[in-house]
Amino acid sequence: MALVLTEEQSMLRDSARGLISDKAPVSHLRHLRDSKDPAGFSKELWHAFAEMGFAGLLVPEEFGGSGLGFMEAGVVMEEIGRTLMPSPFLATSVVAASALNRGGNAAQKSDYLPKISNGSLLATLAVDEGAKHRPLQTSLRAVRAGNGFKLSGAKALVVDGHVADLLIVAARTAGSAGEREGLTLFLVNPAAKGVAVERTIMVDAHNAARIEFANVEVNADSVLGEVDQGATLLDGVLDIGRGAVAAEMVGLSDEVFNRTVEYLKSRKQFGKLIGEFQALQHRAAELYVDIEITRAATMKALQALGADVAKAASAVAVAKARACTTATRAVQEGVQMHGGMGMTDQFDIGFFMKRARVCEELFGDANYHTEQLARARGY
Amino acid sequence: MSDSKSTDSETADLDTFRGETRAWLEANCPPEMRKPATSDADVFWGGRNTKLSSEPQRIWFERMRDKGWTVPDWPKEYGGGGLSAAEHKVLRAEMAKMGARPPLSSFGIWMLGPALLKYGNEAQKKEHLPKIAAGLIRWCQGYSEPNAGSDLASLQTRAEGDGDDFIITGSKIWTSYANYADWIFCLVRTDPAAKKHDGISFILFDMASKGVSTKPILLISGYSPFCETFFDGVRVPKSHVVGTVNRGWDVAKYLLQHERAMISGMGERGVGRPLGQIAADSVGTDAQGRLDDSMLRAEIAGFDVDEAALAACAERAVDLAKAGQAHPAFSSAMKYYGTELNKRRYEILMSAGGIDALEWESERSKQGARPRAWLRTKANSIEGGTSEVMLGIVAKRILDLPGA
Repeated sequence: MALVLTEEQSMLRDSARGLISDKAPVSHLRHLRDSKDPAGFSKELWHAFAEMGFAGLLVPEEFGGSGLGFMEAGVVMEEIGRTLMPSPFLATSVVAASALNRGGNAAQKSDYLPKISNGSLLATLAVDEGAKHRPLQTSLRAVRAGNGFKLSGAKALVVDGHVADLLIVAARTAGSAGEREGLTLFLVNPAAKGVAVERTIMVDAHNAARIEFANVEVNADSVLGEVDQGATLLDGVLDIGRGAVAAEMVGLSDEVFNRTVEYLKSRKQFGKLIGEFQALQHRAAELYVDIEITRAATMKALQALGADVAKAASAVAVAKARACTTATRAVQEGVQMHGGMGMTDQFDIGFFMKRARVCEELFGDANYHTEQLARARGY
Repeated sequence: MSDSKSTDSETADLDTFRGETRAWLEANCPPEMRKPATSDADVFWGGRNTKLSSEPQRIWFERMRDKGWTVPDWPKEYGGGGLSAAEHKVLRAEMAKMGARPPLSSFGIWMLGPALLKYGNEAQKKEHLPKIAAGLIRWCQGYSEPNAGSDLASLQTRAEGDGDDFIITGSKIWTSYANYADWIFCLVRTDPAAKKHDGISFILFDMASKGVSTKPILLISGYSPFCETFFDGVRVPKSHVVGTVNRGWDVAKYLLQHERAMISGMGERGVGRPLGQIAADSVGTDAQGRLDDSMLRAEIAGFDVDEAALAACAERAVDLAKAGQAHPAFSSAMKYYGTELNKRRYEILMSAGGIDALEWESERSKQGARPRAWLRTKANSIEGGTSEVMLGIVAKRILDLPGA
């Protein structure tokens, strides 16, 4: 398969870009932040998204979705990255939809997927517990109780955690932190007794939450996939999320880079356009090369996910690791080349730097993924 | 591509081609040709004077030549295989999978051929392309001159008209393997009064012509792959000019794109085993089986990420070209990154080899193969235009930044 967008994918990109740049430019995020919006995203816009088929993009047609693939999800994520639009797309439409679609039984799929498709249900994956992304270190306990389980523990950086209608919680039904065996995914209603959700206002003004579970009772039907065998399902879902975040980071990097190049062409110092200075030209050119290479690696990862999620791990690790280092470089160069203006809140550049920082930590940073690749290659 | 039916049938055809190609390669590529070349003698460059170094090398070369697969994507009428871009990609992937060596290495294939296909007249194509494909003529490139460096257009070698001929006088430097080459493709100044880029012509001639001499240049690697080349009144028919007289810069630039694409490929050209395993062999592993030097391991893993990403980008560059969406200056971006990456690879290899990688003249070190290769890579970011020149091209031609 060629690493270029097909005609349909280009059309999808154009329509996503049209909607997002029109309705949710960076000023949209700024407004949500400044007004301390309780939802943290525009519900109206999310419904418009759903009407255009984006909410159910990865949901099979039989459940009301558009049954498209990861390349298409990446196309939308890249556009989201360009304006930093806060949206339930990643948590609900990419990660949760994939978890339900891949791990759900018939009842779970028909209960939730149509609602995700029409935009009426928000869902999210709760996995991290410590400061760094370490899925196998999950220690939130799920002990058998009666016909079901009782969950106790806490999760952090749960994307959209405070607005979600459904939580997909990684828990330990056996074994101990660090082991692959003994992980299980549960579907949990955040309104259930014992669930305490704290919205964490993060540096990037996007939605996240810390969630505590104190003897939360769930019945046996709430297990997603198989008891104790959740690691493989979790790996696949996380890899899908990583590919999507990498695409968002490509969009973010590209946008901040374009803004920076435009600035180099318009800002004068010492009687010259600063873009005439070779020191800046070479740095801009290096960054361009970095972004193009990362874009290709990300497309490769999305393509690999489309071919076989279980075999995409290395391609995803390469993409996410590259996306993290490239985005860091893009936002740092963006601020530096904009000079003092780049440091002001009034200017948009800082928003990209903050979002990049969060995307880096989300689902594993560059070190994490570089380590994964080294292990996969056996050294 | 938008018609899903035609895409499906294309995919089916490609699958068939893949199967047939794999089977043919399995049946025809000798086992000896399925591992990386370890010395210069293992590389077959073709030409009047070269010998095939072994029987497997001869068999492999002749079988590939007969199929047109020394130049798989050239038209059949010029000795090529007539493969489409997609088929060529499949063939390369299948060869890479089994570790099959290129049957013929040649500047004629990588550089002159593409330029002739685009700018050559029919007589020139018929005369030269089949000989390149069949490895009969070995070419060298006469571009750089003393004191010119990457400022290629400042070249001084002059060609003065004399009836139907040009008389060429001047000298070139860094002419790779000029001492082994049969013919040269050469940039000469045909109009000294014109502006720098406007008075240059691209001309072909036989290195056996009267007045041509070469002198090897010893490098820090202890080898002399490059030469100085002198032209003392060399007589060349005007019909040997490719393209239009005084418009040679267009041909030169086009050829440079191919040269840069070729050089950038070094960044993703593996040296057989993964670096991490090569390093583990000499450094050792810890109780968990990890490379027993955590900083080196991190460096290698970082390299592996970038190498895999560059490979994806190289693949995408081909796909973009096929889709007509490639930027003509993108090869400069690839050249820059690929050569910097290849230098990194060899720094890591030296570090991984430790003391063993420092041996220069011994059987055990294959006469210092690794340190010599390491030193050779330092030229990667100089030859074919320096990294700084590549970044300048990207800044101006792709990013459209201001300034001359």
